[in-house]
Amino acid sequence: MEDLHCLTGTEILSRIRSRQISATEATRSCLDRIDSVDPRLQAFRAVLREEAVARAEAVDQTLSRGADPGPLAGLPLAVKDVICLAGHPTTCGSRILRDFVPRFDATVIDRLRGAGAVFVGKTNMDEFAMGSSTENSGYERTRNPWDLERVPGGSSGGSAAAVAADLVPVSLGSDTGGSIRQPAAFCGLPGLKTTYGRVSRFGLVAFASSLDQIGPIGKCVEDLARLLAVIAGQDPRDSTSSPAPVPDYVGMLDRGIAGLRIGVPKEYFPTGLDAEIGTAVRRSLDRMTGLGASVEEISLPHTGYTIPTYYILATAEASSNLARYDGARYGRRDPGARELGEMYRRSRSGGFGAEVKRRIMLGTFVLSSGYYDAYYLKAQKARTLLKQDFDRAFREVDLIVTPTTPTAAFRFGEKTDDPLEMYLSDIFTATMNLAGVPALSLPCGVTRQGLPIGLQIVGPPFGEADVLRAGAALESDLGFRSLHRPRALER
Amino acid sequence: MAIEIQTVRHIADLACLEFSEEEIQVLSRQLNEVLVYIGKLSELDIRAIEPTSHGTEVSHAFREDRVVPSIPASEALANAPESREGHFTVPKVIG
Repeated sequence: MEDLHCLTGTEILSRIRSRQISATEATRSCLDRIDSVDPRLQAFRAVLREEAVARAEAVDQTLSRGADPGPLAGLPLAVKDVICLAGHPTTCGSRILRDFVPRFDATVIDRLRGAGAVFVGKTNMDEFAMGSSTENSGYERTRNPWDLERVPGGSSGGSAAAVAADLVPVSLGSDTGGSIRQPAAFCGLPGLKTTYGRVSRFGLVAFASSLDQIGPIGKCVEDLARLLAVIAGQDPRDSTSSPAPVPDYVGMLDRGIAGLRIGVPKEYFPTGLDAEIGTAVRRSLDRMTGLGASVEEISLPHTGYTIPTYYILATAEASSNLARYDGARYGRRDPGARELGEMYRRSRSGGFGAEVKRRIMLGTFVLSSGYYDAYYLKAQKARTLLKQDFDRAFREVDLIVTPTTPTAAFRFGEKTDDPLEMYLSDIFTATMNLAGVPALSLPCGVTRQGLPIGLQIVGPPFGEADVLRAGAALESDLGFRSLHRPRALER
Repeated sequence: MAIEIQTVRHIADLACLEFSEEEIQVLSRQLNEVLVYIGKLSELDIRAIEPTSHGTEVSHAFREDRVVPSIPASEALANAPESREGHFTVPKVIG
Protein backbone atom coordinates (compact mmCIF):
# COMPACT_ATOMS: atom_id res chain seq x y z
CA MET A 1 0.00 0.00 0.00
CA GLU A 2 1.48 3.29 -1.08
CA ASP A 3 2.06 5.92 1.57
CA LEU A 4 -1.30 7.65 1.66
CA HIS A 5 0.11 10.72 3.31
CA CYS A 6 2.32 11.45 0.29
CA LEU A 7 -0.63 11.74 -2.08
CA THR A 8 -2.08 15.03 -3.29
CA GLY A 9 -5.64 15.97 -2.37
CA THR A 10 -6.69 15.21 -5.93
CA GLU A 11 -5.14 11.73 -5.79
CA ILE A 12 -6.79 10.95 -2.46
CA LEU A 13 -10.18 12.05 -3.80
CA SER A 14 -9.79 9.82 -6.84
CA ARG A 15 -8.80 6.76 -4.78
CA ILE A 16 -11.71 7.25 -2.40
CA ARG A 17 -14.16 7.66 -5.24
CA SER A 18 -12.92 4.53 -6.97
CA ARG A 19 -13.09 2.72 -3.58
CA GLN A 20 -9.37 1.86 -3.69
CA ILE A 21 -9.12 3.32 -0.23
CA SER A 22 -11.77 4.35 2.25
CA ALA A 23 -12.27 7.86 3.58
CA THR A 24 -11.63 6.43 7.03
CA GLU A 25 -8.23 5.06 5.96
CA ALA A 26 -7.30 8.42 4.47
CA THR A 27 -8.25 10.29 7.64
CA ARG A 28 -6.59 7.76 9.96
CA SER A 29 -3.43 8.02 7.87
CA CYS A 30 -3.39 11.78 8.53
CA LEU A 31 -4.09 11.35 12.22
CA ASP A 32 -1.33 8.74 12.61
CA ARG A 33 1.16 10.96 10.84
CA ILE A 34 0.12 13.96 12.96
CA ASP A 35 0.69 11.88 16.10
CA SER A 36 4.18 10.88 15.00
CA VAL A 37 5.36 14.12 13.36
CA ASP A 38 3.49 17.11 14.78
CA PRO A 39 5.19 17.07 18.20
CA ARG A 40 8.33 18.23 16.37
CA LEU A 41 6.58 20.45 13.83
CA GLN A 42 3.84 22.03 16.00
CA ALA A 43 1.65 22.91 13.04
CA PHE A 44 -1.61 22.12 14.85
CA ARG A 45 -3.37 24.06 17.59
CA ALA A 46 -5.97 21.32 17.90
CA VAL A 47 -6.57 17.93 16.32
CA LEU A 48 -10.23 16.93 15.95
CA ARG A 49 -9.74 13.19 16.17
CA GLU A 50 -13.18 11.82 17.06
CA GLU A 51 -15.04 14.22 14.85
CA ALA A 52 -12.77 13.55 11.87
CA VAL A 53 -13.09 9.77 12.13
CA ALA A 54 -16.87 10.04 12.58
CA ARG A 55 -17.13 12.28 9.50
CA ALA A 56 -14.94 9.96 7.44
CA GLU A 57 -17.00 6.93 8.47
CA ALA A 58 -20.18 8.78 7.51
CA VAL A 59 -18.69 9.51 4.08
CA ASP A 60 -17.82 5.82 3.67
CA GLN A 61 -21.36 4.81 4.61
CA THR A 62 -22.77 7.23 2.04
CA LEU A 63 -20.46 5.83 -0.61
CA SER A 64 -21.43 2.23 0.26
CA ARG A 65 -25.09 3.13 -0.28
CA GLY A 66 -24.16 4.27 -3.78
CA ALA A 67 -24.89 7.93 -2.93
CA ASP A 68 -22.56 10.88 -3.54
CA PRO A 69 -21.15 12.65 -0.47
CA GLY A 70 -19.96 15.53 -2.63
CA PRO A 71 -17.00 16.62 -4.77
CA LEU A 72 -14.58 16.61 -1.83
CA ALA A 73 -15.79 13.29 -0.40
CA GLY A 74 -13.41 12.14 2.32
CA LEU A 75 -10.78 14.82 1.72
CA PRO A 76 -8.88 15.45 4.97
CA LEU A 77 -8.38 19.16 5.53
CA ALA A 78 -6.75 21.43 8.11
CA VAL A 79 -8.20 24.84 8.91
CA LYS A 80 -6.30 27.92 10.05
CA ASP A 81 -7.42 28.76 13.57
CA VAL A 82 -8.83 32.12 12.47
CA ILE A 83 -11.81 30.42 10.81
CA CYS A 84 -14.78 29.46 13.00
CA LEU A 85 -15.61 25.78 13.36
CA ALA A 86 -18.59 25.46 15.71
CA GLY A 87 -18.11 23.59 18.94
CA HIS A 88 -14.32 23.75 18.97
CA PRO A 89 -12.04 26.55 20.20
CA THR A 90 -11.02 29.14 17.63
CA THR A 91 -8.08 30.92 19.23
CA CYS A 92 -6.70 33.01 16.33
CA GLY A 93 -3.29 32.19 17.82
CA SER A 94 -4.13 34.52 20.71
CA ARG A 95 -4.28 34.01 24.45
CA ILE A 96 -7.23 36.38 24.55
CA LEU A 97 -9.39 33.77 22.78
CA ARG A 98 -7.95 30.68 24.45
CA ASP A 99 -11.34 29.36 25.52
CA PHE A 100 -13.52 30.93 22.83
CA VAL A 101 -15.81 28.38 21.19
CA PRO A 102 -17.75 29.64 18.15
CA ARG A 103 -21.47 28.86 18.12
CA PHE A 104 -21.65 28.71 14.34
CA ASP A 105 -19.57 27.53 11.38
CA ALA A 106 -17.96 29.86 8.89
CA THR A 107 -19.61 29.76 5.48
CA VAL A 108 -16.53 28.09 3.97
CA ILE A 109 -16.84 25.35 6.62
CA ASP A 110 -20.54 24.84 5.78
CA ARG A 111 -19.70 24.52 2.10
CA LEU A 112 -16.75 22.19 2.59
CA ARG A 113 -18.73 20.00 4.96
CA GLY A 114 -21.56 19.86 2.44
CA ALA A 115 -19.02 18.72 -0.16
CA GLY A 116 -17.89 15.81 2.03
CA ALA A 117 -14.62 17.19 3.37
CA VAL A 118 -13.25 15.98 6.72
CA PHE A 119 -11.84 18.56 9.14
CA VAL A 120 -8.79 17.08 10.80
CA GLY A 121 -7.68 20.04 12.91
CA LYS A 122 -7.05 23.75 13.44
CA THR A 123 -3.63 25.11 12.62
CA ASN A 124 -1.27 27.52 14.33
CA MET A 125 -0.83 31.08 13.11
CA ASP A 126 0.54 34.50 13.95
CA GLU A 127 -1.78 36.09 16.51
CA PHE A 128 -4.84 37.58 14.79
CA ALA A 129 -3.09 36.95 11.46
CA MET A 130 -0.53 39.66 12.18
CA GLY A 131 2.88 38.47 11.18
CA SER A 132 5.00 36.81 8.51
CA SER A 133 6.58 33.95 10.41
CA THR A 134 4.05 32.42 12.87
CA GLU A 135 6.51 33.53 15.58
CA ASN A 136 3.79 35.84 16.88
CA SER A 137 1.54 32.95 17.91
CA GLY A 138 0.63 33.01 21.57
CA TYR A 139 1.05 29.25 21.56
CA GLU A 140 3.32 26.90 19.64
CA ARG A 141 6.39 27.62 17.58
CA THR A 142 5.67 26.03 14.20
CA ARG A 143 8.71 24.87 12.26
CA ASN A 144 9.42 24.72 8.55
CA PRO A 145 9.53 21.08 7.34
CA TRP A 146 12.39 22.01 4.95
CA ASP A 147 14.60 23.18 7.83
CA LEU A 148 13.36 22.92 11.40
CA GLU A 149 15.45 25.93 12.51
CA ARG A 150 13.57 28.16 10.09
CA VAL A 151 10.13 29.71 10.08
CA PRO A 152 7.33 28.31 7.95
CA GLY A 153 6.26 31.85 7.12
CA GLY A 154 3.07 33.50 8.31
CA SER A 155 0.50 34.17 9.24
CA SER A 156 -0.81 30.82 7.86
CA GLY A 157 2.38 29.03 8.93
CA GLY A 158 0.63 26.04 10.51
CA SER A 159 -1.55 25.46 7.46
CA ALA A 160 1.47 25.52 5.15
CA ALA A 161 3.72 23.40 7.37
CA ALA A 162 0.97 20.78 7.84
CA VAL A 163 0.65 20.24 4.09
CA ALA A 164 4.40 20.42 3.39
CA ALA A 165 5.04 17.75 6.03
CA ASP A 166 2.28 15.53 4.58
CA LEU A 167 0.14 15.73 7.71
CA VAL A 168 -2.86 16.70 5.54
CA PRO A 169 -3.07 17.04 1.75
CA VAL A 170 -4.77 20.45 1.79
CA SER A 171 -5.51 23.26 4.20
CA LEU A 172 -7.26 26.60 4.42
CA GLY A 173 -5.42 29.78 5.24
CA SER A 174 -6.24 33.47 5.14
CA ASP A 175 -4.36 36.25 3.36
CA THR A 176 -4.41 39.96 4.21
CA GLY A 177 -0.95 41.08 3.02
CA GLY A 178 0.55 37.76 1.92
CA SER A 179 -0.39 35.35 4.68
CA ILE A 180 -1.22 32.43 2.37
CA ARG A 181 1.28 33.10 -0.40
CA GLN A 182 4.36 33.77 1.70
CA PRO A 183 4.12 30.62 3.88
CA ALA A 184 3.21 28.62 0.78
CA ALA A 185 6.40 29.95 -0.85
CA PHE A 186 8.52 29.24 2.24
CA CYS A 187 7.12 25.69 2.43
CA GLY A 188 7.36 24.82 -1.27
CA LEU A 189 3.62 24.64 -1.98
CA PRO A 190 1.03 26.25 -4.22
CA GLY A 191 -1.24 28.67 -2.33
CA LEU A 192 -3.94 31.01 -3.60
CA LYS A 193 -5.31 34.36 -2.48
CA THR A 194 -8.52 35.03 -4.39
CA THR A 195 -10.03 38.24 -5.70
CA TYR A 196 -11.48 40.22 -2.81
CA GLY A 197 -15.09 39.10 -2.46
CA ARG A 198 -14.61 35.76 -4.27
CA VAL A 199 -14.84 33.77 -1.03
CA SER A 200 -17.14 34.61 1.88
CA ARG A 201 -15.55 36.07 5.00
CA PHE A 202 -18.48 35.07 7.21
CA GLY A 203 -16.91 33.21 10.11
CA LEU A 204 -13.40 34.50 9.35
CA VAL A 205 -12.24 36.43 12.37
CA ALA A 206 -11.51 39.85 10.94
CA PHE A 207 -8.07 41.44 10.84
CA ALA A 208 -8.48 43.97 8.00
CA SER A 209 -11.93 43.76 6.50
CA SER A 210 -11.15 45.30 3.12
CA LEU A 211 -8.11 43.07 2.60
CA ASP A 212 -8.76 39.64 4.20
CA GLN A 213 -9.55 36.60 2.05
CA ILE A 214 -9.72 32.88 2.85
CA GLY A 215 -7.88 30.62 0.41
CA PRO A 216 -6.48 27.13 -0.14
CA ILE A 217 -3.00 25.69 0.25
CA GLY A 218 -2.43 22.26 -1.33
CA LYS A 219 0.11 19.95 -2.91
CA CYS A 220 -0.76 20.83 -6.49
CA VAL A 221 -2.67 23.53 -8.34
CA GLU A 222 -5.54 21.12 -9.03
CA ASP A 223 -6.01 20.74 -5.26
CA LEU A 224 -6.51 24.50 -5.06
CA ALA A 225 -8.97 24.52 -7.97
CA ARG A 226 -11.03 21.76 -6.35
CA LEU A 227 -11.26 23.60 -3.06
CA LEU A 228 -11.98 26.93 -4.70
CA ALA A 229 -14.83 25.42 -6.72
CA VAL A 230 -16.57 24.62 -3.42
CA ILE A 231 -15.83 27.73 -1.35
CA ALA A 232 -16.18 30.44 -4.02
CA GLY A 233 -19.43 32.27 -4.58
CA GLN A 234 -21.68 34.92 -3.13
CA ASP A 235 -22.87 34.56 0.44
CA PRO A 236 -25.88 36.52 1.75
CA ARG A 237 -24.18 36.56 5.15
CA ASP A 238 -21.15 38.48 3.76
CA SER A 239 -22.21 41.71 2.13
CA THR A 240 -18.73 42.14 0.66
CA SER A 241 -18.94 38.85 -1.24
CA SER A 242 -19.33 39.15 -4.98
CA PRO A 243 -22.21 37.96 -7.19
CA ALA A 244 -19.70 37.28 -10.00
CA PRO A 245 -20.38 33.80 -11.43
CA VAL A 246 -18.08 30.95 -10.41
CA PRO A 247 -16.41 29.38 -13.46
CA ASP A 248 -15.48 25.70 -13.73
CA TYR A 249 -12.00 26.09 -12.25
CA VAL A 250 -11.17 22.40 -12.42
CA GLY A 251 -12.46 21.91 -15.95
CA MET A 252 -10.49 24.90 -17.22
CA LEU A 253 -7.15 23.85 -15.69
CA ASP A 254 -5.61 22.02 -18.60
CA ARG A 255 -6.04 24.68 -21.27
CA GLY A 256 -2.34 25.53 -21.10
CA ILE A 257 -0.86 29.01 -21.49
CA ALA A 258 -0.18 29.29 -25.21
CA GLY A 259 -1.16 32.74 -26.35
CA LEU A 260 -1.29 34.29 -22.88
CA ARG A 261 0.54 37.59 -22.45
CA ILE A 262 2.58 37.78 -19.27
CA GLY A 263 3.77 41.05 -17.77
CA VAL A 264 6.88 41.24 -15.62
CA PRO A 265 6.90 44.44 -13.56
CA LYS A 266 10.37 45.91 -13.35
CA GLU A 267 9.67 47.27 -9.86
CA TYR A 268 9.55 43.69 -8.54
CA PHE A 269 13.10 42.98 -9.72
CA PRO A 270 15.01 45.71 -7.89
CA THR A 271 18.80 45.80 -8.00
CA GLY A 272 19.08 44.32 -4.54
CA LEU A 273 16.79 41.34 -5.20
CA ASP A 274 18.26 38.06 -3.97
CA ALA A 275 20.11 36.62 -6.97
CA GLU A 276 18.86 33.06 -6.51
CA ILE A 277 15.26 34.22 -6.37
CA GLY A 278 15.65 36.44 -9.41
CA THR A 279 17.26 33.61 -11.37
CA ALA A 280 14.62 31.04 -10.41
CA VAL A 281 11.78 33.36 -11.43
CA ARG A 282 13.42 34.35 -14.72
CA ARG A 283 14.12 30.72 -15.55
CA SER A 284 10.44 29.97 -14.99
CA LEU A 285 9.49 32.84 -17.27
CA ASP A 286 11.67 31.25 -19.97
CA ARG A 287 9.79 27.98 -19.43
CA MET A 288 6.51 29.84 -19.83
CA THR A 289 7.74 31.28 -23.12
CA GLY A 290 8.61 27.76 -24.19
CA LEU A 291 5.03 26.75 -23.41
CA GLY A 292 3.72 29.39 -25.76
CA ALA A 293 3.16 32.44 -23.58
CA SER A 294 4.65 35.79 -24.45
CA VAL A 295 6.55 37.71 -21.79
CA GLU A 296 7.04 41.48 -21.71
CA GLU A 297 8.33 43.99 -19.21
CA ILE A 298 5.72 46.27 -17.69
CA SER A 299 5.66 48.87 -14.97
CA LEU A 300 3.58 49.12 -11.82
CA PRO A 301 4.94 52.55 -10.95
CA HIS A 302 3.47 53.01 -7.47
CA THR A 303 4.84 49.72 -6.10
CA GLY A 304 7.21 51.57 -3.76
CA TYR A 305 4.24 52.87 -1.78
CA THR A 306 2.84 49.41 -1.04
CA ILE A 307 4.25 48.90 2.44
CA PRO A 308 3.40 52.37 3.79
CA THR A 309 -0.11 52.10 2.33
CA TYR A 310 -0.63 48.59 3.62
CA TYR A 311 0.63 49.26 7.12
CA ILE A 312 -1.58 52.30 7.48
CA LEU A 313 -4.79 50.74 6.13
CA ALA A 314 -4.38 47.25 7.60
CA THR A 315 -3.48 48.48 11.08
CA ALA A 316 -6.28 51.07 11.01
CA GLU A 317 -8.82 48.39 10.14
CA ALA A 318 -7.29 46.04 12.70
CA SER A 319 -7.50 48.61 15.48
CA SER A 320 -11.19 48.89 14.75
CA ASN A 321 -11.79 45.14 14.38
CA LEU A 322 -9.91 44.26 17.55
CA ALA A 323 -11.84 46.78 19.66
CA ARG A 324 -14.38 44.01 20.29
CA TYR A 325 -11.91 42.09 22.47
CA ASP A 326 -12.78 43.85 25.69
CA GLY A 327 -13.59 41.00 28.06
CA ALA A 328 -17.31 41.81 28.10
CA ARG A 329 -19.01 39.16 26.00
CA TYR A 330 -16.33 36.56 25.17
CA GLY A 331 -12.62 36.05 25.42
CA ARG A 332 -10.30 36.71 28.30
CA ARG A 333 -11.61 38.90 31.10
CA ASP A 334 -9.16 40.18 33.67
CA PRO A 335 -10.43 38.87 37.01
CA GLY A 336 -9.31 41.78 39.19
CA ALA A 337 -10.94 44.72 37.44
CA ARG A 338 -13.27 46.75 39.64
CA GLU A 339 -14.71 49.06 37.05
CA LEU A 340 -15.49 48.83 33.37
CA GLY A 341 -12.63 50.85 31.86
CA GLU A 342 -10.15 48.91 33.96
CA MET A 343 -11.72 45.65 32.73
CA TYR A 344 -11.24 46.73 29.11
CA ARG A 345 -7.65 47.86 29.57
CA ARG A 346 -6.50 44.92 31.64
CA SER A 347 -8.33 42.23 29.64
CA ARG A 348 -6.81 43.55 26.44
CA SER A 349 -3.33 44.32 27.70
CA GLY A 350 -3.02 40.98 29.45
CA GLY A 351 -4.41 39.02 26.51
CA PHE A 352 -2.79 40.49 23.38
CA GLY A 353 0.80 39.86 22.35
CA ALA A 354 3.34 42.60 21.58
CA GLU A 355 2.91 42.68 17.80
CA VAL A 356 -0.88 42.92 18.03
CA LYS A 357 -0.60 45.78 20.52
CA ARG A 358 1.91 47.54 18.31
CA ARG A 359 -0.40 47.34 15.31
CA ILE A 360 -3.43 48.47 17.30
CA MET A 361 -1.40 51.47 18.45
CA LEU A 362 -0.30 52.31 14.91
CA GLY A 363 -3.81 51.90 13.60
CA THR A 364 -5.33 54.01 16.35
CA PHE A 365 -2.78 56.71 15.69
CA VAL A 366 -3.41 56.96 11.94
CA LEU A 367 -7.15 57.21 12.52
CA SER A 368 -6.92 59.73 15.34
CA SER A 369 -8.00 63.33 15.08
CA GLY A 370 -5.26 65.51 13.66
CA TYR A 371 -3.52 62.64 11.90
CA TYR A 372 -6.37 61.05 9.90
CA ASP A 373 -5.85 63.18 6.76
CA ALA A 374 -2.08 62.92 6.73
CA TYR A 375 -2.03 59.16 7.07
CA TYR A 376 -5.28 57.25 6.65
CA LEU A 377 -6.91 59.36 3.95
CA LYS A 378 -3.62 59.64 2.10
CA ALA A 379 -3.18 55.85 2.23
CA GLN A 380 -6.66 55.35 0.81
CA LYS A 381 -5.72 57.57 -2.10
CA ALA A 382 -2.44 55.74 -2.60
CA ARG A 383 -4.51 52.55 -2.67
CA THR A 384 -6.44 53.98 -5.64
CA LEU A 385 -3.16 54.57 -7.46
CA LEU A 386 -1.94 51.02 -6.75
CA LYS A 387 -5.22 49.61 -8.03
CA GLN A 388 -5.02 51.78 -11.15
CA ASP A 389 -1.52 50.43 -11.84
CA PHE A 390 -3.04 46.94 -12.11
CA ASP A 391 -6.06 48.10 -14.14
CA ARG A 392 -3.72 49.73 -16.62
CA ALA A 393 -1.39 46.71 -16.76
CA PHE A 394 -4.22 44.25 -17.37
CA ARG A 395 -5.28 46.18 -20.46
CA GLU A 396 -1.92 45.13 -21.97
CA VAL A 397 -1.27 41.70 -20.43
CA ASP A 398 -3.34 38.76 -19.21
CA LEU A 399 -1.24 37.83 -16.18
CA ILE A 400 1.58 39.32 -14.14
CA VAL A 401 4.48 37.27 -12.74
CA THR A 402 6.71 38.31 -9.83
CA PRO A 403 8.74 36.68 -7.07
CA THR A 404 6.51 35.92 -4.05
CA THR A 405 9.03 36.88 -1.38
CA PRO A 406 12.31 38.83 -1.21
CA THR A 407 14.04 35.95 0.62
CA ALA A 408 13.59 32.26 1.27
CA ALA A 409 12.57 31.10 4.75
CA PHE A 410 14.58 32.90 7.43
CA ARG A 411 15.72 31.60 10.82
CA PHE A 412 13.74 31.96 14.02
CA GLY A 413 14.47 35.27 15.69
CA GLU A 414 16.14 36.73 12.61
CA LYS A 415 13.54 39.44 12.06
CA THR A 416 11.84 39.71 15.44
CA ASP A 417 13.99 42.58 16.75
CA ASP A 418 12.98 44.97 14.02
CA PRO A 419 9.25 45.15 13.25
CA LEU A 420 9.88 47.17 10.13
CA GLU A 421 12.16 44.49 8.69
CA MET A 422 9.44 41.90 9.23
CA TYR A 423 6.92 44.19 7.52
CA LEU A 424 9.14 44.39 4.44
CA SER A 425 8.66 40.62 3.86
CA ASP A 426 5.26 41.59 2.48
CA ILE A 427 6.70 43.81 -0.20
CA PHE A 428 5.74 41.61 -3.15
CA THR A 429 2.41 40.37 -1.83
CA ALA A 430 0.56 43.20 -0.06
CA THR A 431 -0.22 45.17 -3.23
CA MET A 432 -2.48 42.38 -4.48
CA ASN A 433 -4.59 42.65 -1.33
CA LEU A 434 -4.78 46.42 -1.71
CA ALA A 435 -5.82 46.08 -5.35
CA GLY A 436 -8.15 43.16 -4.60
CA VAL A 437 -6.66 41.00 -7.38
CA PRO A 438 -6.12 37.22 -7.27
CA ALA A 439 -2.60 35.86 -6.84
CA LEU A 440 -1.11 32.38 -6.70
CA SER A 441 2.26 31.41 -5.28
CA LEU A 442 3.86 28.43 -6.96
CA PRO A 443 7.16 26.76 -6.00
CA CYS A 444 9.65 27.30 -8.83
CA GLY A 445 13.01 26.20 -7.48
CA VAL A 446 15.20 25.91 -4.43
CA THR A 447 18.11 27.95 -3.08
CA ARG A 448 21.62 26.53 -2.71
CA GLN A 449 20.64 25.71 0.86
CA GLY A 450 17.72 23.68 -0.40
CA LEU A 451 14.99 26.14 0.60
CA PRO A 452 11.94 26.61 -1.66
CA ILE A 453 11.51 29.70 -3.84
CA GLY A 454 8.03 30.93 -4.74
CA LEU A 455 6.87 32.59 -7.93
CA GLN A 456 3.70 34.65 -7.93
CA ILE A 457 1.11 34.67 -10.74
CA VAL A 458 -1.32 37.58 -10.52
CA GLY A 459 -4.53 37.98 -12.47
CA PRO A 460 -7.18 40.65 -13.02
CA PRO A 461 -10.21 40.70 -10.68
CA PHE A 462 -12.07 37.35 -10.92
CA GLY A 463 -9.33 36.00 -13.19
CA GLU A 464 -8.70 32.92 -10.99
CA ALA A 465 -9.34 30.53 -13.89
CA ASP A 466 -6.43 31.97 -15.92
CA VAL A 467 -4.19 32.25 -12.87
CA LEU A 468 -4.81 28.59 -12.03
CA ARG A 469 -4.34 27.27 -15.54
CA ALA A 470 -1.06 29.15 -15.90
CA GLY A 471 -0.02 27.74 -12.54
CA ALA A 472 -0.99 24.22 -13.60
CA ALA A 473 0.91 24.49 -16.87
CA LEU A 474 4.08 25.79 -15.22
CA GLU A 475 3.80 23.30 -12.34
CA SER A 476 3.60 20.42 -14.79
CA ASP A 477 6.59 21.73 -16.73
CA LEU A 478 8.80 22.42 -13.71
CA GLY A 479 8.08 19.12 -11.95
CA PHE A 480 8.99 20.69 -8.59
CA ARG A 481 7.22 18.05 -6.51
CA SER A 482 9.11 15.18 -8.10
CA LEU A 483 12.47 16.96 -7.82
CA HIS A 484 12.35 18.44 -4.32
CA ARG A 485 10.95 17.23 -1.01
CA PRO A 486 11.35 18.57 2.51
CA ARG A 487 13.63 16.14 4.34
CA ALA A 488 14.20 17.79 7.71
CA LEU A 489 11.64 15.62 9.50
CA GLU A 490 13.08 12.38 8.19
CA ARG A 491 16.19 12.69 10.33
CA MET B 1 6.60 63.50 11.62
CA ALA B 2 7.83 62.22 14.97
CA ILE B 3 5.28 61.49 17.68
CA GLU B 4 5.99 62.45 21.27
CA ILE B 5 5.69 60.23 24.30
CA GLN B 6 2.60 62.17 25.41
CA THR B 7 0.87 61.33 22.16
CA VAL B 8 1.79 57.66 22.54
CA ARG B 9 0.19 57.66 26.00
CA HIS B 10 -2.90 59.32 24.59
CA ILE B 11 -3.14 56.71 21.81
CA ALA B 12 -2.83 53.95 24.41
CA ASP B 13 -5.81 55.48 26.24
CA LEU B 14 -7.85 55.60 23.03
CA ALA B 15 -6.97 51.96 22.32
CA CYS B 16 -7.76 50.84 25.89
CA LEU B 17 -4.28 49.43 26.30
CA GLU B 18 -1.95 49.92 29.22
CA PHE B 19 1.83 49.70 29.10
CA SER B 20 4.67 49.92 31.58
CA GLU B 21 6.92 52.96 31.35
CA GLU B 22 9.61 50.85 29.72
CA GLU B 23 7.16 49.44 27.19
CA ILE B 24 5.99 52.95 26.29
CA GLN B 25 9.57 54.00 25.57
CA VAL B 26 10.25 50.97 23.34
CA LEU B 27 6.89 51.29 21.61
CA SER B 28 7.41 54.98 21.01
CA ARG B 29 10.74 54.31 19.34
CA GLN B 30 9.34 51.49 17.19
CA LEU B 31 6.28 53.48 16.16
CA ASN B 32 8.45 56.42 15.17
CA GLU B 33 10.63 54.17 13.03
CA VAL B 34 7.60 52.80 11.25
CA LEU B 35 6.14 56.28 10.82
CA VAL B 36 9.32 57.57 9.22
CA TYR B 37 9.00 54.79 6.66
CA ILE B 38 5.31 55.41 6.20
CA GLY B 39 6.05 59.08 5.68
CA LYS B 40 7.16 58.09 2.18
CA LEU B 41 3.55 58.63 1.19
CA SER B 42 4.04 62.39 1.51
CA GLU B 43 6.03 62.16 -1.76
CA LEU B 44 2.81 61.55 -3.62
CA ASP B 45 0.71 64.41 -4.94
CA ILE B 46 -2.70 62.88 -4.52
CA ARG B 47 -4.95 65.80 -3.80
CA ALA B 48 -7.01 65.04 -6.87
CA ILE B 49 -7.24 61.27 -6.32
CA GLU B 50 -10.37 59.62 -4.91
CA PRO B 51 -9.83 57.37 -1.88
CA THR B 52 -10.48 53.63 -2.14
CA SER B 53 -11.96 52.04 0.95
CA HIS B 54 -13.25 48.84 -0.57
CA GLY B 55 -11.69 45.72 -2.03
CA THR B 56 -14.26 45.50 -4.83
CA GLU B 57 -17.07 47.42 -6.46
CA VAL B 58 -19.83 45.62 -4.58
CA SER B 59 -22.27 48.18 -3.24
CA HIS B 60 -25.90 48.32 -2.13
CA ALA B 61 -25.66 44.71 -0.99
CA PHE B 62 -29.20 44.50 0.35
CA ARG B 63 -31.18 41.46 1.35
CA GLU B 64 -34.89 40.81 1.69
CA ASP B 65 -36.24 42.23 4.92
CA ARG B 66 -37.39 38.85 6.20
CA VAL B 67 -37.48 37.78 9.82
CA VAL B 68 -35.40 34.65 10.32
CA PRO B 69 -34.42 33.01 13.61
CA SER B 70 -31.33 34.46 15.22
CA ILE B 71 -29.23 32.56 17.71
CA PRO B 72 -30.95 32.11 21.06
CA ALA B 73 -29.78 34.06 24.10
CA SER B 74 -28.30 30.91 25.63
CA GLU B 75 -25.99 30.53 22.63
CA ALA B 76 -25.11 34.20 22.66
CA LEU B 77 -24.11 33.93 26.32
CA ALA B 78 -22.20 30.66 25.91
CA ASN B 79 -18.78 32.33 25.86
CA ALA B 80 -19.61 35.01 28.43
CA PRO B 81 -17.02 35.33 31.19
CA GLU B 82 -19.93 36.19 33.49
CA SER B 83 -23.64 36.27 32.90
CA ARG B 84 -26.86 36.37 34.90
CA GLU B 85 -30.54 36.14 34.00
CA GLY B 86 -29.91 36.30 30.28
CA HIS B 87 -27.52 39.26 30.46
CA PHE B 88 -23.77 39.74 30.28
CA THR B 89 -22.54 40.99 33.64
CA VAL B 90 -19.64 43.43 33.88
CA PRO B 91 -18.07 45.53 36.64
CA LYS B 92 -19.86 48.77 37.35
CA VAL B 93 -19.60 51.41 34.69
CA ILE B 94 -19.12 54.41 36.92
CA GLY B 95 -16.69 54.11 39.81
